[in-house]
Amino acid sequence: MAAIEDMTEVTSRPRSRWGNRLERREARTALFFLLPGLIGMVLFLVVPIIASVVLSFTNWKLLGTPEFVGFSNYVRLFTADPQFWPVLRNTLFFTAEYLVLNIVISLGLAVWISSLKMGQRWFRVVFFLPTFTPGIAVAIVWMLIFAPDGFFDFLMRSISVQIPSMLTDQTLAMQAVVIVSLWAGVGYNTVLFNAALDMVPQSYLEAARIDGANAWQRFWKIRLPLISPTLFFGTVMTAITSLQVFDQIYVMTRGGPGNATATLGYAIYQRGFQNFQMGYASTIAWVMFAMIMALTAVQFWLQRKWVHYDS
Amino acid sequence: MTAKSRSRFSLALDILNHGGLLIVALLFLFPFFWMVSNAVRGNAEVLAIPVRILPNVFEWDNFGKAWTQLPFGRFFFNSLFISSSVTVITVIVSCLSGYAFARLKFPGRETLLMAYLGTLMVPAIMLIIPLFLIVNSLGMVNTFQGVILPVAFGTFGAFLMRQFFLSIPMELEEAARIDGASRLRILVSIIVPLSMPAIGLLSLFTFIGQWNNFLWPLIVMTGSENATLPVGLTYFQTQSGTQWNFIMAGAALSMLPGVFLAILLQKLIYNSIALNAGMGGR
Repeated sequence: MAAIEDMTEVTSRPRSRWGNRLERREARTALFFLLPGLIGMVLFLVVPIIASVVLSFTNWKLLGTPEFVGFSNYVRLFTADPQFWPVLRNTLFFTAEYLVLNIVISLGLAVWISSLKMGQRWFRVVFFLPTFTPGIAVAIVWMLIFAPDGFFDFLMRSISVQIPSMLTDQTLAMQAVVIVSLWAGVGYNTVLFNAALDMVPQSYLEAARIDGANAWQRFWKIRLPLISPTLFFGTVMTAITSLQVFDQIYVMTRGGPGNATATLGYAIYQRGFQNFQMGYASTIAWVMFAMIMALTAVQFWLQRKWVHYDS
Repeated sequence: MTAKSRSRFSLALDILNHGGLLIVALLFLFPFFWMVSNAVRGNAEVLAIPVRILPNVFEWDNFGKAWTQLPFGRFFFNSLFISSSVTVITVIVSCLSGYAFARLKFPGRETLLMAYLGTLMVPAIMLIIPLFLIVNSLGMVNTFQGVILPVAFGTFGAFLMRQFFLSIPMELEEAARIDGASRLRILVSIIVPLSMPAIGLLSLFTFIGQWNNFLWPLIVMTGSENATLPVGLTYFQTQSGTQWNFIMAGAALSMLPGVFLAILLQKLIYNSIALNAGMGGR
């Protein structure tokens, strides 16, 4: 919309008539080209963002008229809702564990793949495959693996490990969700980090080798610092998506047992589309947004300590 | 150590290195194997004790039964229609906007581009509630347009196409402009044919993104006949006497396009991710 207002300002600017008309024509063409995207963006992005803020201050339950309730949703969330703190704790726990394991495993795989003399691209494809498949289907397959007396239980029995069934145990259920998420999500970062490693100039590594640096030193002193900007990018993106985790939990545990695996994403769905508390669910959504922003800000702040940009 | 024994040693190390990752990769593929292996057995065999790695009798027609009896066939076409429609709209809108950002001068261009990029920061799940309310007020709940339109105007595509258009030499369209061709004509007959790599990439990621999307169609498609594959898969999960073999067949069906495209277009995917790696690096 800003574009239209600015345009009138420019057209009133004194200029030669000819240039003015050409500019106006080009701006009109631009508007015509931009219009479909602009309408879509306003209707399905700008209006929803504003609506979400407004909703979070109402008690709208889909039926009936919304009432403005000030900050009481936010107050209730932090002080009165018995489920909120466990949900927040679950989300942070999942994000922390998943994020660390994802980065460590995908970096490990990326380094391993880059050390191969042949078949690099096929290994990349293998680990990338789950990334391109529906998260729901992945979760359903793993649900069968983790089912009581399913393959996982069989495996544990055959190596004489006594553990309760994963999905029905208060503490193990979240571990099952982490395992599934890792399987589904590790491939993207593996390819990302592998691509970054491929870009490290061979001459740097050669020079280090001639100077007597062993493989371990070459990794920590040369390759890792050189790919640290990509590592940072991968970490930020993975953190943002893991705070929103939903699909796996919807299929495998429905937030249970009890509320052991209920996360913010699941809470938004539950409050919004099972209880139809549109106002309250929007409040939770904004808390999630605040967390995403906070976590991203923290990472940007921390990057000064470990990310090397060549200048 | 002689030079010969050293090279033999490093060869052994190399084989070990490849073999080790091959084992890891095969273990990683196990869930795919388990899915197919359970899709083609009788349901009584799925959770039988002792666990059977391979079915007693291979019932390959389970795929056909899942397709017709559980309407996974119907869900497949719903998914295909929705994903394709979103892709087509996204590509058209992104090419139009991208061209305006790359080639046309208009006041407020940089500001608007920044606003487009800014919207990329908003997580999808935040907008679920207001988007549903908009769809609801438009009377489009449980309709295809209700599921398609709200996700077809992502701003990423406009940015991607702009970046690509900027790399196309200006001279190519100047001749056409002197001949009096309109901007739209230039875009359609000169720029778009040159931009197939970027359009392919945008199509691929939009299509897969929608094919795999779950929460949005779950909320909008309230009637089972309009469900997408991921949503349909969850229908048979809680009913008594879960038909695990058919569900696994349906899951395999839903994974087919992604697996196929990931293998077929591995180079394109790698290059696009490498681009991200490069941008993160520089």
